[in-house]
Amino acid sequence: MSMLEIKDLKVNYGGIEALKGISFRVEEGEIVTLIGANGAGKSTTLRAIMRVVTSGGGSIFFEGEEITSMDTQKIVNKGIVLVPEGRRVFPNLTVLENLKIGAYLRADQAGIDKDIEHVYSLFPRLKERHWQMAGTLSGGEQQMLAVGRALMAKPRLIMMDEPSLGLAPLVVKDIFSIIRRIHDEGVTVLLIEQNANAALKIANRGYVMETGRVTLTGTGEELLNDQSVREAYLGKSK
Amino acid sequence: MKKSTKTLCSCIALALLVGFLLYMETLKTTQGMAVSILQKGAIFSIAAVSMNLLNGFTGLFSLGQAGFMAIGAYVTAIFTIPTEKIVAVYYMNGVSEGIMSIKRALSFLPEPVLVLLALIAGGLVAAGFAALVGIPVLRLKSDYLAIATLGFSEIIRALISSPQMDKITNGSYGLKNIPGFGGENGLGCLLVPFGIAALCIVIMVLLIRSSYGRAFKAIAEDEVAAEAMGINLAHHKEMAFVISSFFTAVAGGLLAMYMRSIEAKTFQVILTYDILLIVVIGGIGSVTGSVIGAFLVTASKEWWLRFFDTPLKIGNFQVPLLRTGFRMVIFSLLLMAVVLFWRRGLMGNREFNWDDIPRFGRWVKRKFTKTPATEGGERNG
Repeated sequence: MSMLEIKDLKVNYGGIEALKGISFRVEEGEIVTLIGANGAGKSTTLRAIMRVVTSGGGSIFFEGEEITSMDTQKIVNKGIVLVPEGRRVFPNLTVLENLKIGAYLRADQAGIDKDIEHVYSLFPRLKERHWQMAGTLSGGEQQMLAVGRALMAKPRLIMMDEPSLGLAPLVVKDIFSIIRRIHDEGVTVLLIEQNANAALKIANRGYVMETGRVTLTGTGEELLNDQSVREAYLGKSK
Repeated sequence: MKKSTKTLCSCIALALLVGFLLYMETLKTTQGMAVSILQKGAIFSIAAVSMNLLNGFTGLFSLGQAGFMAIGAYVTAIFTIPTEKIVAVYYMNGVSEGIMSIKRALSFLPEPVLVLLALIAGGLVAAGFAALVGIPVLRLKSDYLAIATLGFSEIIRALISSPQMDKITNGSYGLKNIPGFGGENGLGCLLVPFGIAALCIVIMVLLIRSSYGRAFKAIAEDEVAAEAMGINLAHHKEMAFVISSFFTAVAGGLLAMYMRSIEAKTFQVILTYDILLIVVIGGIGSVTGSVIGAFLVTASKEWWLRFFDTPLKIGNFQVPLLRTGFRMVIFSLLLMAVVLFWRRGLMGNREFNWDDIPRFGRWVKRKFTKTPATEGGERNG
């Protein structure tokens, strides 16, 4: 049984088919990446899984249970969490408040306190700045906060929408090493990236999306070496 | 400043306030204006904090305040008008049998209990309306929500003054003989409204500081991100709307007791704008700002600027412009100045802190010592 299984998922935005029936799966303990150009439907896929947008057909299974039309609240409770595109931290709340919002659906105060310490150990910078308004953090710090906030929900599957967007190359490297660390701690990762090179390097498997369809699939290595992927997304040709 | 010092400061301030209020109560007959400003300020601070809870903390721009205040005011009035006087109040159309039987059933209660019960009942009726109206209306965003709630408040006003409601609301004749605050000798005329206001505001502050309050703020900041964190948008918006309406209605009930007689016209849109003004002047997202704003706006509008309303003659010279109504011109000018120089209101989205007082002192000092410092710089250069 796969951890997450998507079957023939379709999404329409006011008559435009953003997803034309995609299928893929994520096994427990994997890092899976969806790569593709702008408008391929990657973000839409994640939003449909979280049910922030309603799907127009198809089905989504999490650990064998259908979650296609479940409330977002219940989906988060099941252990799926989204790190949204563009970070979207709450700018006028403090860093600590942002983290607490991440644990909104949890009631175990002791566990929450422990997880705040855990997030601080992953991102010492956040501890230094825990009283600051999130809007005053740098882009990289905000991304760390967005990831930390998502971890506060104690997810089993974390979905990240372009975590490297708009960050300096050195910071991007940090973010990817954090993703690897979260994965080592036993959280399954579904990663969306435009930075296909970095994403495929850490991914077990990858799916290439084009205009609302999955066009190619393989292990990270296979896709890295695939001629058409190299030409389209890695900017190299032999 | 240490935390213990701050607690001490707060205790002293509270004791001073209670002492001041007790002292003012004894001066009710000679200082009528000051007492009534304080009463109105306390009432408007509840209304402003509850509007801030909705508009500032949850980010729902609602303009239905006057309607909810009207509901609270009418329910409170109907409950508290003395049973022996109520027939005289409804002399045109008679009282509905339902109201009479409720009043007879409650007549054994002492007046203070009846007043509290009436305020809570008013709040609950308004909360019920809010719950029903909220389901369709809270799907709307920003300006559209404002227009829809504004419409609701006008509907309530029209409903209250309609002839079909004559036996319940006394239609366009309004209600009078509502008991005021405190007894004959003025005892309690300030402590009652201030006590109720303090209780309401403390409850709202506790709510804002709880995890629900954090969720409200998260919704105000970024709905999509809040939803992705598992916060149920519809549920939380509805909750903020209902709670805010409850306390707005309590403020409405107190307003009825303050005015002693009410009619539908009291609750026009202008009342909502008055509250909005207080919230904006005080700072959107600041509870202490709303409280300060409530007293400041009420006092300057009705008292401190009275000077501009009386014609003044110095010797043979008639000072121009000073005439009845001119204070509102000055008031509007002051508002524009406040909005221009304190763009985010007096408090922004911060809360008052005892550290602010020495900080304010330093700020004043810096303003006055600035000039010699720059002169020194020029000499060196």
